[in-house]
Amino acid sequence: MASNGIRDRVAIVGMGCTTFGEQWDKGVDDLIVDAHAETLASAGLSKNDIDAYWLGTAQSGMSGMMLSKPLHIADKPVTRVENMCATGSEALRQACYAVASGAYDIAMALGVEKVKDGGYQGLNGFPIPGDGTQRTLTAASMYSMVVPAYAEKYGLTPEAVKRVLARIASKNHYNGARNPRAQFRKEMSIDQLLAMPTVAGCLSVFDCAGVADGAAAAIVCRAEDALRYTDKPLYVKALALISGDGSGPSDPSYDYTTFPEIVRSAEDAYRQAGIVDPRRELAMAEVHDCFTPTEMVLMEDLGFSDRGQACHDIERGVFDLLGDLPVNPDGGLKSFGHPVGASGLRMMFEAWLQLRGDAPVERRIATIDQGRTLALTHNLGGFPGEMVSFVAIVGSTLG
Amino acid sequence: MVAAADDSPQFGVLSTGVWLPQARLDRTTIASIAGSGGGRGTRTVASYDEDTTTMAVEAGRRALCDCAQLPHSVWLATTAPSYADRTNATGVHAALQLSAHAGAYDLAGSTRAVMAALRAGCAMSAPTLVIGSDMRTGLPGSGDEAYGGDGAAALLVGPQTSSSPVLAAVAGWGCVTDEFVDRWRSPGDRSSKVWEERFGERHYVEAGRNAYADALTNSGLADSDITAIAITGPHQRAVASAAKTFAAKTVAANTVSAGARLVDDLTSKVGYTGTAHPLLLVASWLESAAPGAVLALVSLADGADVVLLQATSAVHDRPGRGHKPVQASIADGVPLTYQRYLTWRGMLPLEPPRRPEPGRVSASAATRTTAWKFGFVASRGDNGDVHLPPHPEDADHQNMAGVLGRIVTFTIDRLSYSQSPPVVFAVVDFDGGGRLPIELTDVNLDQVHIGAVVEPTFRRLHSSDGIHNYFWKGRLVSQGGDHGQ
Repeated sequence: MASNGIRDRVAIVGMGCTTFGEQWDKGVDDLIVDAHAETLASAGLSKNDIDAYWLGTAQSGMSGMMLSKPLHIADKPVTRVENMCATGSEALRQACYAVASGAYDIAMALGVEKVKDGGYQGLNGFPIPGDGTQRTLTAASMYSMVVPAYAEKYGLTPEAVKRVLARIASKNHYNGARNPRAQFRKEMSIDQLLAMPTVAGCLSVFDCAGVADGAAAAIVCRAEDALRYTDKPLYVKALALISGDGSGPSDPSYDYTTFPEIVRSAEDAYRQAGIVDPRRELAMAEVHDCFTPTEMVLMEDLGFSDRGQACHDIERGVFDLLGDLPVNPDGGLKSFGHPVGASGLRMMFEAWLQLRGDAPVERRIATIDQGRTLALTHNLGGFPGEMVSFVAIVGSTLG
Repeated sequence: MVAAADDSPQFGVLSTGVWLPQARLDRTTIASIAGSGGGRGTRTVASYDEDTTTMAVEAGRRALCDCAQLPHSVWLATTAPSYADRTNATGVHAALQLSAHAGAYDLAGSTRAVMAALRAGCAMSAPTLVIGSDMRTGLPGSGDEAYGGDGAAALLVGPQTSSSPVLAAVAGWGCVTDEFVDRWRSPGDRSSKVWEERFGERHYVEAGRNAYADALTNSGLADSDITAIAITGPHQRAVASAAKTFAAKTVAANTVSAGARLVDDLTSKVGYTGTAHPLLLVASWLESAAPGAVLALVSLADGADVVLLQATSAVHDRPGRGHKPVQASIADGVPLTYQRYLTWRGMLPLEPPRRPEPGRVSASAATRTTAWKFGFVASRGDNGDVHLPPHPEDADHQNMAGVLGRIVTFTIDRLSYSQSPPVVFAVVDFDGGGRLPIELTDVNLDQVHIGAVVEPTFRRLHSSDGIHNYFWKGRLVSQGGDHGQ
């Protein structure tokens, strides 16, 4: 197979995550310092114990010095990585592989984004010189095209799909309301969400991820060393990344009801982790709900729902906090907010809390008590038909 | 007497192309906001994403798709060039995918420039594409604002060949040059100032009469041989006065009834489109001219220029592939509010969306993709798939500019930066293969639906740091169709 995987060879032994939101009084240095300190403390380590760092940021700065300067680290390798909205996961992936290779004993992946200093609404990519013919649509509009396509393919009315999307947003607001680190902590009813004015296709602002500042980090070491730092490590079962060929937007056969890169990355991850039935084997999933239609399609692309059945499963509450397979129990990008470079590690932070039994009782999932020990994080960057997709699977037990 | 058309050396107009922007400003709506000005009828208004270069491309495409000959040079006349200090016609040249050895030249500055371009084109031995493209405006409430119009017209002139007959032969020229300041504008200013009207009127009527006489002398034709007279120029009162003079002359000569020879100058519905207008009137006349008919085109600008054109029998056999009658273009208008007109012309700037403006186009990157960016040339792979944008490994090129497509899905984006929000984007599958998500323009939201037919149209996406970003958008095809090559 194309990937060999590093199942059970690396463990996460410490994690931290700042509050996400419009942090007008914190700069990118402050966010890095805060996430770094919390993460070290969770593993009982000092910064001298970390052998190497991977810093994920999409566009809040450049080079490893973004991290080494505020942390006063003069003698460590720090690598800045970027992979669009999957940047945080990419940092974790690099740190895990570095430890698995034996090059380092302990590494930290830290993701950060300071979005709100731009002065504009939404996320704005930095301009890359080009010929001016590139599409300029917002991400919201690109993902909005999923809705009519999905409705048509499965014989649903756009209104019925829109209701499902409101159901997704309502669920994520419900979960976020129970998360003190989340950007939006207010429950929203389906009817309230359906009444919002549209901004892109049939999507309203409430169908979009929160635009937030924040940082999150993880410390990884070889699995056999994990118990030195914590008695409840998370073992890395799979790390899968697919970078698509970007052909979707110009491919007449692409129908906007699925994201092929996600299907492929999930298949790779399940194979690495030995998972056959993700819906029943996973205790939870954190998925990249950048827009509500994304989460809908992800339920099928990740194999949680059969094709055309995501709407039905969502309406039945399968993915609710206390459902068969809780999805985004921390509120997701929708409510927790989306500091681009941090989000992948924020997802892992929720797996860290839930699988270890540390999640606040008001949002604790029920599947752990049913004996499930595995969590999935899914992080993507890009647009329908042209994206990078990352899937990780971690577990609280070896084997 | 006029020589039989078929006996004369056949050099003249080979084809015509006209582009009138879709928007129409009702002149009666102006005074209620501007306090004065306006009038009756409508004028054409270039969309926020059109300029004299884009309209020239559209007119040029239409002229070329009617004719088997390709121009050896293109001459663009305009009073509203998109760039100063560099040639605008090169953009037209690129969009039309002309040979690198074909020249592209601007004649920019005055409305008279188009007559120079036409005369230069007719002096060439090889086919020449002469384009007048203009945007005419003035301060709110001004006469120029109400009388003006936006549009482009193109004439391909050249020698007759077996596959491309001359529609109208050039029979003669007349000219009077007269230095008098009846209107003026400093470079960079948005509007012109004008002297007291009656001063210019007297000069123009006399210049027109003398240039007409000069043309008759040069051609050997008599006044009675002239079956149609088209008069145009930036001085509205002078044009009307000259028309009366020519009409009176006609009555005195007892040839045809007063005014019958006068070609409708189209200003009541289109407005005076500057450098486009003389060519527009030729195109309009040719659509109903009988073989042998002779047009005197009288342009009153800084003196007067007259060209005599004699229709040939070929006017009956014109190919119609890209040919949309001028009257149909006029009828295709869509009302535009005066407020939006002012906004589009930068005279009523609105609060921009809280999104960063698009970045400056990279000159070097754009040069590498000129065929795609300006010509909408895609590629075809070994398996027959059409790739938009072109794939570097494909050997075959595929020109998409004249290819229709159908909307697969679409979205309305109220968040993207736009000079005229919302942005409507559609995923379009083109006939014969190829898909591109493309911005729609000239769009009525109620008419956008899956399956709707779209044609490519050349537009200016934005300007940043003074560099204009030209590329193609999609436009819903109106009934009857009107697409270029």
